[in-house]
Amino acid sequence: MSALLEVSGISVTFDGYKAIRNLSFEIGERELRAIIGPNGAGKTTFMDIVTGKTKPDEGKVLWGEMSRNLLKMRESKIAQAGLGRKFQRPTVFEDQSVFDNLLMALKNPRGAFACLFYRPSRADRARVGELAEEVGLQEHLGRTSGELSHGQKQWLEIGMLLAQEPRLMLVDEPAAGMTLAEREHTTDLLVNLAKTRAVVVVEHDMEFVRRLNCRVTVLHEGSVLAEGSLDHVTRDPRVIEVYLGR
Amino acid sequence: MRQSFIARNPSILVFLLCLAVFTLAVTLMSHAMGAGLISTSFVKTLGKTLCLCLVAIAMDLVWGYCGILSLGHFAFFGLGGYMIGMWLMYARTEIIVAESLANAAIPPTPQEVVDAIGSQIFGVVGSSDFPPIWHFAHSLPAQLALVVLVPGLLALVFGWLAFRSRVTGVYLSILTQAMTLALSLYLFQNESGLRGNNGLSGLQNLPGVSASQDWVSLWFLWGSALALGLGYVLCAWVVSGKFGSVIRGIRDDEARVRFLGYSVEGYKLFIFTFTAIIAAVAGALYYPQAGIINPGEIAPIASIYLAVWVAIGGRGRLYGAVIGAALVSLVSTWFTGGMVPSLPLGFYTVDWVDWWLVLLGLSFVLVTLFAPKGIGGLVDLVGARVIPDRHGADYGPDKGSLREEEGRK
Repeated sequence: MSALLEVSGISVTFDGYKAIRNLSFEIGERELRAIIGPNGAGKTTFMDIVTGKTKPDEGKVLWGEMSRNLLKMRESKIAQAGLGRKFQRPTVFEDQSVFDNLLMALKNPRGAFACLFYRPSRADRARVGELAEEVGLQEHLGRTSGELSHGQKQWLEIGMLLAQEPRLMLVDEPAAGMTLAEREHTTDLLVNLAKTRAVVVVEHDMEFVRRLNCRVTVLHEGSVLAEGSLDHVTRDPRVIEVYLGR
Repeated sequence: MRQSFIARNPSILVFLLCLAVFTLAVTLMSHAMGAGLISTSFVKTLGKTLCLCLVAIAMDLVWGYCGILSLGHFAFFGLGGYMIGMWLMYARTEIIVAESLANAAIPPTPQEVVDAIGSQIFGVVGSSDFPPIWHFAHSLPAQLALVVLVPGLLALVFGWLAFRSRVTGVYLSILTQAMTLALSLYLFQNESGLRGNNGLSGLQNLPGVSASQDWVSLWFLWGSALALGLGYVLCAWVVSGKFGSVIRGIRDDEARVRFLGYSVEGYKLFIFTFTAIIAAVAGALYYPQAGIINPGEIAPIASIYLAVWVAIGGRGRLYGAVIGAALVSLVSTWFTGGMVPSLPLGFYTVDWVDWWLVLLGLSFVLVTLFAPKGIGGLVDLVGARVIPDRHGADYGPDKGSLREEEGRK
């Protein structure tokens, strides 16, 4: 299986502090992967690098069959190439309706002039309806998204991510602040999504990761400590020491 | 689900109706129509106010919708005024020179006419040669094109440099202030070729038009009203639909829009340039009514006033900007015109000409603190009373009342 995303040997320093040191990581097409690690392990910085927000001091980030160098691309181009990101805190556009939020995320031309003359086609409306149904918000399409509950905002953001039709989804702590039932629903959704695209989940919660039942990468102090099944990594004495032992 | 553009934005229709009634009323009461209830100078003030409303809409678009607090949009307004002023001054001087040279024994050569115009216009700054920037001044179409092109290009280049470097927030505001200050200081110099601190004057006299100012003021009122109406509809169209969603998204969370795959810089540049052009058109209509333009007009404070108008009127809604600009500039005219009686306090007499700015500043602070939606926010209060939002709930409190789905059938 050829890699969809290949990160090799990246390092980042913030004011003398090495947030990422010589990190290498690979994920294939239609793979589900969980990244765990203690606070400050560099999980969010890793996502920032892949999505173009932070430029590393050294290393390579290659994408897709053409092995395009993501480090040379702007955030918007990276997103257009098929990398979607969900933030830890739900970030939806609160003063706009659920419909508008989803419509904005829908995969369509992103240029200023294209948007100016864009009017939603019947197909686009139908697609927004489908997405809303998928994340359980079909009743709330007309509502201002600021009125939604925390869990619903999380869902809306996942819906927006789906609307982008990314080939790789980076999901930062999707279960944070969710009830048990919502967590289970989220797990099912992520597992389902990984059948058609690659999904990387960053999570603290070990139970949640166990339910995902996938390969796990453990980060520590900016580099990969261990990789494998959850059972494998939890048996690793170094992992126990830095993460589980605390 | 699908509705026409007007049906989705009923405020447009209301606004256009108000504008039409206003224009008609002023026209009927003007001197030109024989009624004489409104003095010609006040018709000009009202016409100028309409232009200020137009530039306020531009400011609302760039600040209220896109979140770019530009404190330099009056520079574009002034540049638009300068561009039209160059033609007005040239063409009028040309007629005067032609009249005075008509009685000469030998008919003047074209070069002599141009030289005479030059010494008429630039005598005040001790020169008689036309600077290169006056190259197109003889041609109305060319100067009209420059009204759009010069401010548009300046905004495009400035915006490209600023947005590309990801300058945002207060730093961008300072940068735009620096731009308008630099432009103002440059124009103050005689060498700038636009008559230094004298500016361009006599702009109220349209070349080749013999009608009285009573009529000219009305024409400009109509022109300004038309421009405001068209500008309003155009801006409302731009902010409706997906483009509007994206720019409001940029205002609320720039990084998120970027991760959705939109090029934030491109959108900002588009809005910045577009609003600069609207501001320039407003300026080109304003200064012929004001009669004079000088570099003091584009001093940094003017652009700050613009932000104050929009904040008081209510940002993020186009009619809010119009209300703010009209109200504050008219009240300002009233106070600074010495028409408000002084307030004797015994130990001190409050002279409103001096104290108006304090009052304005105070109201700005109060609006920001207690009514962040501005005057336009009052519309929401009325709207909330007229149509209660009962979506998703039963129509009445008793068990027998219809539910919403039933009621819609």
